[in-house]
Amino acid sequence: MQRRSRLHVPPTPARPGEAPDFSYLQLSEAGAVRRPDVSARAREIGFLSLELVRVLDDKHEARGPWDPHLDAAELEIGLRHMLLTRIFDERMQRTQRAGKISFYMRSLGDEAVAVAQCMALRPGDMLFPSYRNQGLHIVRGIPLVDMMCQLLSNTRDMCKGRQLPVMYHSAAGRLFSISGNLGTQFPQAVGWAMAAAIKGEDHLAASWIGEGASAEADFHHALLFAAVYQAPVILNVVNNQWAISTFQGYAGGEQRSFAARGPGYGIAGVRVDGNDFLAVHAVTQWAAQRARTGAGPTLIELVTYRAAAHSTSDDPARYRAKDDYAHWPLGDPIERLKQHLIKHGGWSEERHRALAAELESLVAASWKEAATYGTLTEGPRLDPDLMFEDVFKEMPLNLQRQREAMRAERNSK
Amino acid sequence: MAQMNMIQALNSAMDVMLGRDPAVVLMGEDIGYFGGVFRVTEGLQRKYGEHRVLDTPIAEGGIVGAAIGMAVNGLRPVAEIQFADYIYPGFDQIASELARLRYRSAGDFFAPVTIRTPCGGGIRGGQTHSQSPEGIFTHVCGIKVVMPSNPFDAKGLLITAIEDDDPVIFFEPKRLYNGPFDGDTNRPAVPWSTHKKGEVPAGHYTVPLGKADIVRAGKDLTIISYGTMVHVAAAAAAAQGIDAEIIDLRSLVPLDADSICSSVKKTGRCVVAHEATRFSGFGAEIVSIIQEECFWDLLAPIQRVAGWDTPYPHAFEWEYFPSQARVAAALKVAMEPA
Ligand SMILES: Cc1ncc(C[n+]2csc(CCOP(=O)(O)OP(=O)(O)O)c2C)c(N)n1
Repeated sequence: MQRRSRLHVPPTPARPGEAPDFSYLQLSEAGAVRRPDVSARAREIGFLSLELVRVLDDKHEARGPWDPHLDAAELEIGLRHMLLTRIFDERMQRTQRAGKISFYMRSLGDEAVAVAQCMALRPGDMLFPSYRNQGLHIVRGIPLVDMMCQLLSNTRDMCKGRQLPVMYHSAAGRLFSISGNLGTQFPQAVGWAMAAAIKGEDHLAASWIGEGASAEADFHHALLFAAVYQAPVILNVVNNQWAISTFQGYAGGEQRSFAARGPGYGIAGVRVDGNDFLAVHAVTQWAAQRARTGAGPTLIELVTYRAAAHSTSDDPARYRAKDDYAHWPLGDPIERLKQHLIKHGGWSEERHRALAAELESLVAASWKEAATYGTLTEGPRLDPDLMFEDVFKEMPLNLQRQREAMRAERNSK
Repeated sequence: MAQMNMIQALNSAMDVMLGRDPAVVLMGEDIGYFGGVFRVTEGLQRKYGEHRVLDTPIAEGGIVGAAIGMAVNGLRPVAEIQFADYIYPGFDQIASELARLRYRSAGDFFAPVTIRTPCGGGIRGGQTHSQSPEGIFTHVCGIKVVMPSNPFDAKGLLITAIEDDDPVIFFEPKRLYNGPFDGDTNRPAVPWSTHKKGEVPAGHYTVPLGKADIVRAGKDLTIISYGTMVHVAAAAAAAQGIDAEIIDLRSLVPLDADSICSSVKKTGRCVVAHEATRFSGFGAEIVSIIQEECFWDLLAPIQRVAGWDTPYPHAFEWEYFPSQARVAAALKVAMEPA
């Protein structure tokens, strides 16, 4: 026994130069976790927040009660969306390196989260994404050209040049405007869901937050409001282990799972293998049924790995072991679904290659079109007058005057 | 003396203080092992250990609240908020607690917390990596507000802030981290080694809070500024051939009203420049003081140069930024014959 208190510093398993070490991860066997009825009370199903729901096993077989039994056509769509997300990300990363866009954030390794979850929801459900959920936009059918124009802040940018790249939105696609301020979307999603319940609608809201950002007070406000009003909402913590340079232990993951915060508030919490397309889909569907049948909110922790840098401004070689992703015990989401489909869905390496080639050319063609609407360095540019619009619905006098002054300034140059 | 950029000067200030005073601790997001997203705390955790330089959860309210508690228990926390744009979750702890603790406890409790945070635009950061919210904090009574414009001042002011028994918010104009920036985006960036304020003593020294720096003496007109705009305004005045007296406030709270007023009484003309939005900006406070103290000495209306009253737009960074052209337009009006 220590005789004095001592400040604990959460350990980080592998820094640069050290061997990757994932022994801290609590895993369950595929198929081993019980699937409770959707009407179960949160207090009766605490185990879901500590175990790890998995469907795909190491031999790429689907196992156990959480198997969503999706047909091959549906799984192929999922594979396509994930692959498109990855190819889009790679291309945009290169585009940033070439100086055509100012900034980019890839979702490499996290693709199953957005894709499987969005596919398990309905088009009327409202999504409150974070900045690493591009798969949601892809599944909802937002044209790649539209996404690229946002990244380019060009003449077709949905944000009219006001937002940093990746901060998309689509009112028609029911994708809320992404904020650069971490965590703010979480209580907003709960509020949206409360409104749906007040109005007696059948729609639910879903939101995503990084495990790092779950430290913000907004995360806790969301859980509390969701619990108090039993709002029809799905709150997702994407635990990809890293928040820039900071390991998940600094967000509280060392002492207890993130999913376990749900039961603490009286909300069902589920911990799921975030790289297992089938498990993510099944858990999301279960949570959606709960929300739609008055059984209330669900907190889902998706255990995954941020395989890429935090953003184009980041270099993970400075803070984590270099080949860590190769050792990640939950594998790669695309590879796992692909192997499952090869085994059971008539998929093949050739078909996969052909799909990749098709998606590469789709991305290339989209880029070609998007660039005609302007890039950072060439082509048409948005009218700077737009800067003064939408601060308010009606432009007040001071802004009208400042717009005049800005025009005069530009003419004087 | 050593050549330092602003990052190195700030790092040196914290290094000196960690070495001198065992009560000094650093805390913030990504500041420990990684050394901060702008590398301002690089190497300090390795040197002083994980109990002196703490990586924290991503919770600005938690950072400020915990810093207050640590300070009340005898430490001298220097908390980093990764970007000034992310300070708002900590606002209640700053405005309701940190700023008023001494007052409400009649001096029995106080919290010597320094909050460092990068501010300002010019790095294509869009609306959430570009803000200058200093005016929000100058309006809160009980908290000191500092913004340096060069490495020498940055180090001396930060040491003073850490040693101060009152809380200080220390804004670091990120566009100045690597070199002075005069607003001309066509010119190649210049490093601090070309500037005399890039010479920084290696050891301990202080620059007082509440004492403005007369960057350049002049007789035609007074330019009052701080942060990045000191360099922009000086360049604009030089380009116009105006013999301007240029005042770098360095600290907004406490404010060196004497230096402001004696200069304006001498020149009779004044332009106030900051990067923050204009409406209810700190410039309004300066203009009011001048109006109260120097009304009969003024030869022309005082002009304000500021960011537009909009969020900082990603695509229009340079149309938003208070350029030399914006300063020039203000100088022209301020120089009109009486
Ligand atoms: C309120 C706020 N504080 C700090 C930041 C800076 N920041 C941006 S992303 C990030 C890390 C977030 O990590 P996590 O939530 O785990 O998500 P991930 O990037 O790993 O997907 C930080 C600290 C911010 N954007 N907003």
